[in-house]
Amino acid sequence: MSQTEISIKNLNLSFEKQQILKNINVDIPRHKITVIMGPSGCGKTTLMRCMNRLTDLNTQAKVTGNIVIGGRDILHTNDDITEIRKMMGLLAQRPYPLPMNIFNNVAYGLRISGRKKKRFLEKRVEHYLRQVNLWEEVKDRLKDPAAALSIGQQQRLCLARGLAVDPRIILADEPTSALDPISSQLIEEKFAELKSSYTIVMVTHILRQARRIADHVVFMYMGEVIEQGPAEEFFENPKMEMTKSYLKGMFY
Amino acid sequence: MKFRFFDISRKLRNSIHTSWMIACLSLVLLIPMVLTIGLAIKSFPLLAQHPLLSLLFSSNWKPLSGQFGFYPFILSSIWVTLLALLFSVPICLLTSIHLTQYAKKWVLKIMQPVIDILAGIPSVIYGVWGILVVIPFISDHVAPFLGKSSSGYSILAGSIVLSIMIIPFILNILIELFNNIPVELSEASLSLGATRWQTIKFVVLKKGLPGIISSFGLGMSRAFGETIAVLMVVGNVAKVPTGILQPGYPLPALIANNYGEMMSIPQYDAALMLSAFILFVVVLFFNAGSRLLIIRSGKHN
Repeated sequence: MSQTEISIKNLNLSFEKQQILKNINVDIPRHKITVIMGPSGCGKTTLMRCMNRLTDLNTQAKVTGNIVIGGRDILHTNDDITEIRKMMGLLAQRPYPLPMNIFNNVAYGLRISGRKKKRFLEKRVEHYLRQVNLWEEVKDRLKDPAAALSIGQQQRLCLARGLAVDPRIILADEPTSALDPISSQLIEEKFAELKSSYTIVMVTHILRQARRIADHVVFMYMGEVIEQGPAEEFFENPKMEMTKSYLKGMFY
Repeated sequence: MKFRFFDISRKLRNSIHTSWMIACLSLVLLIPMVLTIGLAIKSFPLLAQHPLLSLLFSSNWKPLSGQFGFYPFILSSIWVTLLALLFSVPICLLTSIHLTQYAKKWVLKIMQPVIDILAGIPSVIYGVWGILVVIPFISDHVAPFLGKSSSGYSILAGSIVLSIMIIPFILNILIELFNNIPVELSEASLSLGATRWQTIKFVVLKKGLPGIISSFGLGMSRAFGETIAVLMVVGNVAKVPTGILQPGYPLPALIANNYGEMMSIPQYDAALMLSAFILFVVVLFFNAGSRLLIIRSGKHN
């Protein structure tokens, strides 16, 4: 296995009295697409939210264990939380463009971290919009509200916005679930391109999508990791009975 | 064959009930129209003799000699309303932001009924509170502090009481507004490395801006029309107020104090009706404007 980007050890998360994540141990390889799979309600989204500590927002959630990224345990650190979150771009189930125009959506992350020179911002915005193949479609209407874009374009805009803060990791939570097939394909193609320079973690419940793009698979059920490993091995030769029946479509 | 009769009676009943509903609906629709027309007709005798502008901007209020200048009343109303809004805007904004963005869930759960209770207190009680607490405070502390003397019955007293009264009203709208802004939007901003405050400033407040403005518009129309509590503390002197420690005489107080009395004075009735008309139009304007803003912003986002 190649180098590990994110190393999760003994992670437990409980919400009031209900335990959502049970003793999770996962290693996520660098510059690969890791797919977290499992039936809905199994805790895959929660696991992802732990990685950039969006779980902090929920005051009732109790998290124990370690998540080590780049040598530091992000759950037990005094470092600035904003610095940690900036290492990871987030792509949500549905695009949520910020209430501002297209240009400012991409420039937002740069602006709040103090990069305000106009020339610099213009160059960066163009670069990232080109990177997600959106530039040609929006270059003449950068001042339009982002909400005016189609939902597929919005999702690519959200990707560009996340890339603009120069993260090492992309966290994607079922990023294509609200999109039409063509937009979904665009996102998948982008991911395949981006993995040479980013570590990508994607939650999905679409088996075929996982087969198409995963390099590494983590399979979860009821808050536990059942099986994990390289994609080929996982799909061709699963070890656990539960994985086998899931792959056969016996439960969702 | 047996079912036929049953069928007809069902249709008949249906149409009877439907027509009842339409009758009730049109009654609700009719009331504001009738009110507008009624007020216009009743205030017409005054408008026929004096041009509207001179009525609005004259400060001579001498009903016995037939001089009806509404300027002192309009100005009092504006002063009281704007000051009340000035006091309540920061309180409402900060409270609602704290309750929806920072506070733990149980805090909001406790605060919600408290706010509802505040909103439900009869306004006369706020008026009594004003007389017992606010007025002595102004005459004993605020006025001497500013180097002036005041009985306490003043624009300031009216606006303080009024601001307390509209706070729960505005707060309820704002809390609902902020709660309706998707969490994912804040999460998107946070995940880009924004702090909590940056997220609130650039995303939450920006997204909610039209709603925030319209909530204050609705609060304003509420404040503009509030009568009894203001009437009890504002002094009711028909003179153009020159400072916030001076007594004022807002439009609703004018109507409530005088309607039914001194009706023998010619045109007095029409003058009061005109002030009611002005009040009505202003409140309608603020209400419609605020609602329009909400609808417009709903379309864009």
